[in-house]
Amino acid sequence: MSKFQFPESIMSRPVYGTLEPRLGHAHLFVADAEGAEAILDLAKKDPGLMSSAHIIFIPRATGETYVEQLKALRPAQFYSGPSYEAALPRLRRVFSDASMGLQVYLSGTEGLMGQAQSEAMQAGIAPAAIQTEHRGSVARRMQCVHCKGITEDVMTDPFVCSHCGLNLFVRDHYSRRLAAYQGVCIDAEDPGNVPDPVELYS
Amino acid sequence: MTIQFNDETFRDDYTFRNSDWAVKRFPFPFHEDSYMYSVNMEQHRGGPEGSVYEKRFDVDEHYVSEMKDRAIVLADDPLRCQSLPHMTLAGWDLLELIMVSKSEDYPDLFELHRDGNTWRWINKPLGIDDTFTFLDETTLPFGPMEYITRQSQGDFAVLDQRDDMLWMDAGMVTTQADWSLDFDIGMNFFEWHAPVPKAHEMGIFKRALKFLLNIQQGAPARRLNWTMTVNPLLDTSPENYHKWGIQKTGLTAENIGQKQFLRVELQTFYRLPRSNALAFPIRCYLIAFEDIVSVPKWGRRLHRVIRDLPEELATYKGFIDNRPKMLDYLSQYDDGLPTSPGVWPDLDTEPALSK
Amino acid sequence: MSASPTKAKAGAEKISVVVSAKVPVNDLVTRFEFKRQDGGPFPTFSGGAHTVVEMNDAGRTRLNPYSLMSDPEDTETYAISVRRDDEGRGGSLFMHNFVNVGDQMNITYPVNLFNLDLRARKHLFLAGGIGITPFVAMSKQLDRIGGNWELHYGVRSAALGSYAEELSTKNPNKVHVYEDDKGEAIALEALLNGQPLGTHVYVCGPKGMIDWVRQTAKQAGWPDDNVHFEEFAAPQPGEPFEVRLCKSDRTITVGEHESLLEALEREGVDAPYLCRGGACGQCETDVIRHDGAFVHRDHWLEDEVKASGKKIMPCVSRFVGASLEIDR
Repeated sequence: MSKFQFPESIMSRPVYGTLEPRLGHAHLFVADAEGAEAILDLAKKDPGLMSSAHIIFIPRATGETYVEQLKALRPAQFYSGPSYEAALPRLRRVFSDASMGLQVYLSGTEGLMGQAQSEAMQAGIAPAAIQTEHRGSVARRMQCVHCKGITEDVMTDPFVCSHCGLNLFVRDHYSRRLAAYQGVCIDAEDPGNVPDPVELYS
Repeated sequence: MTIQFNDETFRDDYTFRNSDWAVKRFPFPFHEDSYMYSVNMEQHRGGPEGSVYEKRFDVDEHYVSEMKDRAIVLADDPLRCQSLPHMTLAGWDLLELIMVSKSEDYPDLFELHRDGNTWRWINKPLGIDDTFTFLDETTLPFGPMEYITRQSQGDFAVLDQRDDMLWMDAGMVTTQADWSLDFDIGMNFFEWHAPVPKAHEMGIFKRALKFLLNIQQGAPARRLNWTMTVNPLLDTSPENYHKWGIQKTGLTAENIGQKQFLRVELQTFYRLPRSNALAFPIRCYLIAFEDIVSVPKWGRRLHRVIRDLPEELATYKGFIDNRPKMLDYLSQYDDGLPTSPGVWPDLDTEPALSK
Repeated sequence: MSASPTKAKAGAEKISVVVSAKVPVNDLVTRFEFKRQDGGPFPTFSGGAHTVVEMNDAGRTRLNPYSLMSDPEDTETYAISVRRDDEGRGGSLFMHNFVNVGDQMNITYPVNLFNLDLRARKHLFLAGGIGITPFVAMSKQLDRIGGNWELHYGVRSAALGSYAEELSTKNPNKVHVYEDDKGEAIALEALLNGQPLGTHVYVCGPKGMIDWVRQTAKQAGWPDDNVHFEEFAAPQPGEPFEVRLCKSDRTITVGEHESLLEALEREGVDAPYLCRGGACGQCETDVIRHDGAFVHRDHWLEDEVKASGKKIMPCVSRFVGASLEIDR
């Protein structure tokens, strides 16, 4: 499956790469949906790495498509769960007794990678030790700058905040800490004048 | 001089006013008849007597009212003041810097008595007299950064320095030009400046970062920045933009002189001793157009700067829609005469308006 | 902006001091303590900071950086330790032989190019020889703010282990000393293995030790951001060379035993600097044109910039060739 090329943007917008094997005594993978393909590709480059790997996978709409393939890589530990929120206690437990030299590989949607990265950074992992590769949906995780609520999987600009109901336009300004882009009221200076939503990147 | 503190508001009925004294000492930001980004740094070691550059932390007639406004903002939204856990030491550094500077520069207003780590701080304008243990957070009602910046005009960003980079890891931000500390906290220098157009391509931020990384203890620096605000609203936050944005549409030919304000930030930079962090106070000064044009040189020059400003900058600074109205007003005060170089009003030497 | 813009001076702010103590630590190392001449308090500083000491060596000005090793909260006394280098350019010999209690000197405000990462869950210090000095100040600072630290200190012998005994006695569970002459060495791989997430390692010592630590950490999967090192390059002697200064419109000769920066200063040319050891980037200078080869010794310029021949760091780097023109 070909990878989506995000248009060039401002310097706070994350730039995703391609997962590469790195030196380290332990390897943690967190992926959702098509993010599984990035793990499968990496395993081809360095199959030996899997013996010290822990894969946390959230299939989302891909259902069983990738589960058996990932298991077949024979990682030291494998988990498949229904949502990132469901996987979070496990992820935190992994970080709680991890040590320096742990390599973190994130793949899939921006929302998944961003949240796992924020969690890893809180655990004391430098961003340089975290690799990311975008796969699958280009939906964005948006924070409403006004009410602070997060709207997941935003596909259009503008969109309606799922918490306060304001019409927000989608900025490229991104917070690693919040794992979200910034949404700002689009009709503050002309209430009610809200353009029709357009699909992102269209 | 003893300062007469105004009783005024920065919201609702907007009773904010500058006295003649405040107008004449206003930090007018344009040293020539045009404007483009530049790093424009200079040392922060005093300035002409009475100017806003004279003291390390300028205190003026708006002090008490600005602090009241800050308290209102924080009560409404405590996320405007945040400090990541590793920044507490930098908060103490900042508290020391401000207390020492203010008590030395304004002995009639502020006193600091130190006996080892037992400190007594007296802030007369705000009626504060607190004794606490330096470096012991449990002895203050707030964290050290919040405690002292609730008593200091202007916003404060406290930047951690690591890996040849500056990180926005703590701040008190209630008088901002439309940026969100809650969103930007934890970002590096390039990231929090990402939305600024043009300057990245011009290499401005790379040069500025290099300069800032090398600011040393005992050698603070300063620069000015500016934007425009309708009404003397200090808290132009993104958080409340859906509430105040509409005010930008209320300008008319009749009210623009009173309602349109030039907003100038005096930005200063101090290397903090214990934490090696960089304190970045951002002091906001507001002045109504009608007060600017009372200084003939400033009236002429502001017209030319606003007229010739590139569209992207007027858009980024949020006044592209109001620019025609501004120019209609300001052109009345531009008679085409040349202006003297530099920022000072030069009231005695510049000619009066001749039209 | 203001009516009287003040131009930044080269180097950090200076403090006039008097030497208040000169204490032999062992055969090679002497500690110097300073008080302020005006009797006022010194600025507090952050662990890892250095000061540049100005020496008047028979009319020649020497400016050498030394790590501050006193307690950062002690505003009465600053202390540095100077290792005598018989082979060096003479700064340390001057300090040992000619600087005495009561002498007046100038030193700079503290400058920190080796600061603690205060986010660290644990600070792991690796010192070699005189590289111990920044860690003395860092450990005192961390003790005060409740930081978690551990020191591994390689010395040539017990007799030459500056402050080893004092540090071990005070912190028996945190300090580990390795004596070279007994065949002891830091078991680095084992040490790095199993350190908790958020550990930062700091190394100060000979270049070989720094390279070894950086390399071993990389192999163990440590990100660069968690590995800190301080390496002051001392300017090395070399063949004299001529340099044309375009802004000043003159040509000067850099002598065998001086750096390009020192030659600029000798000639009264205003040249910025901070660390004088190729680390801070402050003295970076544009090369207008050249015909010859650079001897880059700094840790500041990227390799491709060094190769481009467009920049030079006058504090440590030299030039060999027919002609050199720089933007000073």
